[in-house]
Amino acid sequence: MCPMSDAFISATERITGHGGAEIEAYTARPQDSHPRGGVVVIHHLPGYDDQTKEIVRRFAHLGFNAAMPNLFWHDAPGAAPDDAAAAGRAKGGVPDERLVGDVAGAAEYLRSLPNANGKVGVIGYCSGGRQSVLAACSLPLDAAVDCYGAFVTGDPSALEGHPMRNVSTLENRLADLRCPLLGLFGAQDSYPSPDEVAQLEHLLTEHGKSFEFHTYDDAGHAFFAVERPAFRPQSAKDGWERIEAFFGKYLSA
Amino acid sequence: MCTYITAKLDAAGSAKGADGWFTLSETTVYFDHPVHAAAEHTLNIDFRNPERGAGARVAVELTAQTARALAHAILETLDAVPEDLI
Repeated sequence: MCPMSDAFISATERITGHGGAEIEAYTARPQDSHPRGGVVVIHHLPGYDDQTKEIVRRFAHLGFNAAMPNLFWHDAPGAAPDDAAAAGRAKGGVPDERLVGDVAGAAEYLRSLPNANGKVGVIGYCSGGRQSVLAACSLPLDAAVDCYGAFVTGDPSALEGHPMRNVSTLENRLADLRCPLLGLFGAQDSYPSPDEVAQLEHLLTEHGKSFEFHTYDDAGHAFFAVERPAFRPQSAKDGWERIEAFFGKYLSA
Repeated sequence: MCTYITAKLDAAGSAKGADGWFTLSETTVYFDHPVHAAAEHTLNIDFRNPERGAGARVAVELTAQTARALAHAILETLDAVPEDLI
């Protein structure tokens, strides 16, 4: 039998996003015809950047089809990604409803690929961690990963001097979680704090949901971010291995 | 974390961006993850004119210490200007 090829193509494409709008997405697609799962990657608030595109390519290297919708495309179609992110941030960030629509479009794109096995997972970092959980509570997905997303639990409006106008807790949405959840957190993080992660564990247990959480003692927020001071190589390495195993388990045909 | 804290101000003046000078209409100020600066969080300022497109923007990402020093310098400079010039 011929071994599977590890070649993949990464490219900027157009997909159908929220409300039927055409949006940009960065994709990475293994060229082997063997059926495989897909991963929607949700970028952080600074935008659709080179570092997150590297993550998309890493999923293709691991054997998954992957797609990252540009969540700020609606705010400034065709603009440079950092300018579009600035335009979106000036409006207060990405509305939840629009996020769900764009993730749904990316998931549909992945399911339509010739070598898709029909399974799709979602992963997000920082604000994208919360959005990953939101998507998994709203859409028919097969696995979700939350990397240190703040305000899945906890009340952002309770923060003095921090008017998080466009962000609300997902506590009342967790009963709708439709797939297993992997959570990766830093013990030194304040957003989410270890108490908020414990509250999330409590609520998921109460609702009878399948989940797997890991908290790294040496890490704070954003420990996967290789170009930032918060990068923690050992935690990130272990985290990547857990992500690969988790998606390998739940996105297999 | 992504703080989502954004202050938006009307602005009058000009800024020089990638395509030359443009007239300002808006300034946004936020403390959040930067795009380029090697820090977890920075005080970010975008001088913008959205009517001219998202690219009509001059962006800075400053450490909190730099941003405070800048704010003080701006106020001290303005305070030193004779009132009849303002």
